[in-house]
Amino acid sequence: MSGHHQPLNRKLITLPTLVLAILSFIALLILAKRFALGLGSVTNLNDGYPWGIWVVYDVVVGTGFACGGYALALVVYIANKGKYHPLVRPALLASLFGYTLGGISAFIDMGRYWNFYNMFLPEQMNLNSVMLEVGLCVTAYCIVLFIEFMPALLEHYQLEKAKARLDKVLFIIIAIGVLLPTMHQSSLGSLLIAMGFKVDVLWQSSYLMPLFAILTAMTMGFSIVIFEASFVTVGLKRDSEAHLLRGLGRIIQVLLGVVLILRFGDLLYRGALPAVFNGSFKSFMFLIETALFVVPLVILSSGKHRNRGSMLLIAAVSMLFAGALYRFNAFLIGWTPNAGSSYVYFPSAEELLVSIGIVAMEILGYLLIVKWLPILPAHAEVKKQTAIKTDPSVNKPPAEQASVEVGS
Amino acid sequence: MSKSTEQQLEDLAARLGLSRRHFLKFCTGVAATLGLSSTAGMQMAHAVSQSRRPSVIWLSGQECTGCTESLLRSTHPTLETLILDMISLDYSEALCAAAGHQAEAARHAAMEENKGKYVMVVEGSIPTKDGGIYCKIAGKTMLQHVQETAEHAAAIIAIGSCASWGGVPSAGMNPTGAQPVHEILPDKTIINIPGCPPNPYNFLATVLQYVTFGTLPELDEKNRPRFAYGRIIHENCERRPHFDAGRFASEFGDEGHRKGYCLYKLGCKGPETYANCSTQEFGDVGGGAWPVGVGAPCFGCTEQGVGFTKALHEKSEVTTHSPPDIFPPINAETGEGASAVSAGLLGAVIGAAAGATAMTVKQLGKAEKEAEKDQMAANNPDGQAVPGKDTVNEPQ
Repeated sequence: MSGHHQPLNRKLITLPTLVLAILSFIALLILAKRFALGLGSVTNLNDGYPWGIWVVYDVVVGTGFACGGYALALVVYIANKGKYHPLVRPALLASLFGYTLGGISAFIDMGRYWNFYNMFLPEQMNLNSVMLEVGLCVTAYCIVLFIEFMPALLEHYQLEKAKARLDKVLFIIIAIGVLLPTMHQSSLGSLLIAMGFKVDVLWQSSYLMPLFAILTAMTMGFSIVIFEASFVTVGLKRDSEAHLLRGLGRIIQVLLGVVLILRFGDLLYRGALPAVFNGSFKSFMFLIETALFVVPLVILSSGKHRNRGSMLLIAAVSMLFAGALYRFNAFLIGWTPNAGSSYVYFPSAEELLVSIGIVAMEILGYLLIVKWLPILPAHAEVKKQTAIKTDPSVNKPPAEQASVEVGS
Repeated sequence: MSKSTEQQLEDLAARLGLSRRHFLKFCTGVAATLGLSSTAGMQMAHAVSQSRRPSVIWLSGQECTGCTESLLRSTHPTLETLILDMISLDYSEALCAAAGHQAEAARHAAMEENKGKYVMVVEGSIPTKDGGIYCKIAGKTMLQHVQETAEHAAAIIAIGSCASWGGVPSAGMNPTGAQPVHEILPDKTIINIPGCPPNPYNFLATVLQYVTFGTLPELDEKNRPRFAYGRIIHENCERRPHFDAGRFASEFGDEGHRKGYCLYKLGCKGPETYANCSTQEFGDVGGGAWPVGVGAPCFGCTEQGVGFTKALHEKSEVTTHSPPDIFPPINAETGEGASAVSAGLLGAVIGAAAGATAMTVKQLGKAEKEAEKDQMAANNPDGQAVPGKDTVNEPQ
């Protein structure tokens, strides 16, 4: 592996990193308020909506976005497609950030966070709890991701012996790293089973929920790899990796087809199809979600489009929106706390700023670490000079845009 | 029911000045206190009506006779006679008709006659300091009396807090070295019926079980019968809902006290005291006739190390659930909808994501077109990227 990756030799402090740092700092200020005065002082959470955007975006959607490492591990190590290997390290880095910050967000969202440690005490565990599975699995996966990421650190500090030793056992860690997300991503669906009829009929597919959760996690994982690679290409002015990405596009296409067939088959089987067209707000959200799922399927079904980096990116972003909206719909928008409920929820500005800040931290961390450690494939670095010289128009704006972008 | 036993019941009822029905009701009630079936109540009635009644020797040490008084007032006026009739109370300083040497002789006679069969009841603590000289009966110390009587007793019951834990005489500096019965007789099984005074039915139920079945009730780790001392007072307290809802009396006579709120903050020891006071109540009058029911905080008389040890107004250890600091509001907040700022912010985020994607797509598209042009120029008739080959799409 060594020699295949190298750090980007660029300035650490740039306009995008400054903007990201400011956004992160705002989030930290709001979090200080949250810990000083409690959840109620910052969030719009209430008895009917105990889970707001911090759980549904930062944890449920955020860990879905962080499935890049998982998706690539499946392809590279399980399906043994070595050609995708250059994409693994950047994806792992993004996964590491996504999962760690997702775990931290879950902690931030806990009203009685000081009881958190009980989750790890065997005598306190409730083995029937889906939450326990998710909590332990995510924690374990954060550790696994860190170990998977270790070779980059060891290379940086030139600890060859340690790296050789780690390489010998790394396959075990990688195997666990494939197993764990399979478990907890599907458990996110099991959480919805446990919520029963509080989840709208359009999303409550009971026993199929774990399958939808894992399938969307995989498609989101592949999409985020395309997304990251595209933005790195443009934002950091490097070579395109479209030749690798189109293979991933093909996988997304197949998975998406399965998702949509199962999704509508399930709606038909449960007799829930009329609810799609009843004109309610939820049916509207369902149609948007479906459209977002269909767009990438259409784009990726064309071999010509799959070869174009720009079309791949459109498909990937649409898929990311679709996956995110599916989870938002199931957990929040299609959620009815009680019959004839008067409960309402919309994230407060402060809640949103915390989520934005957490995403900013992820991107900031990513940008700093690719400049510090050998993460990105080595071959593109040579071309960098020509890229900067030939077209001054692409110098700044895309990088800046890239940083704001993922804040969605 | 055979005729002879039926006759015996009638005889007993006549002797006690009770109706037969009244007598059976009493026995069934006692059986219910013990948690036994109504059949057991009948068995008890029969056992009581037998002419052979167990001999009971009741010793009194450092005490106030409150336990005896409590027992005498156990229920309707006629039942004190019953209690004295269903057992053969051969010695009791408070109740026996005999006095002086006569009384002492009665005790010795009963002990001889019923060797190994009599029930010994101890009321009050036993002084041990200076050879136990602080309590003497008939020229002997209480210590000697207890040791002597215990030797051939079939069962030993320590009634009241003094006999069970030392009680008032042992409080504070314990000037007489007062000890409970189980400290004096470490090798014997003692049944403790603590309380100041104890509920008479806890004692009666224990004795009646012994009389009827020849067995003793199941005991807890402090040798108290479980049927009476198995639950914390707090668990079945009628004021418990006030505790859970956080409504406390904070001073005697304040609004909360007058409204019957929880007495926890006045030092009620109910949350750490095991007894059935809250369910059995006292005096057979119902209507919350027990200390907490009438607004007096429980002082923990049945609990070793609580009654006579802790200060009266000291807050008790809550052995179950502590009262919460914050209580849920009656009208739960139903949340807020979108504000202009938050909706705008969310819109901006989605817009930024879409915008950045559009920009990047544009850049990628531009780069791809240029690459295609380059390839066209290199006489590639397809005008497309060749699959499998490292297509260079430079970002300009």
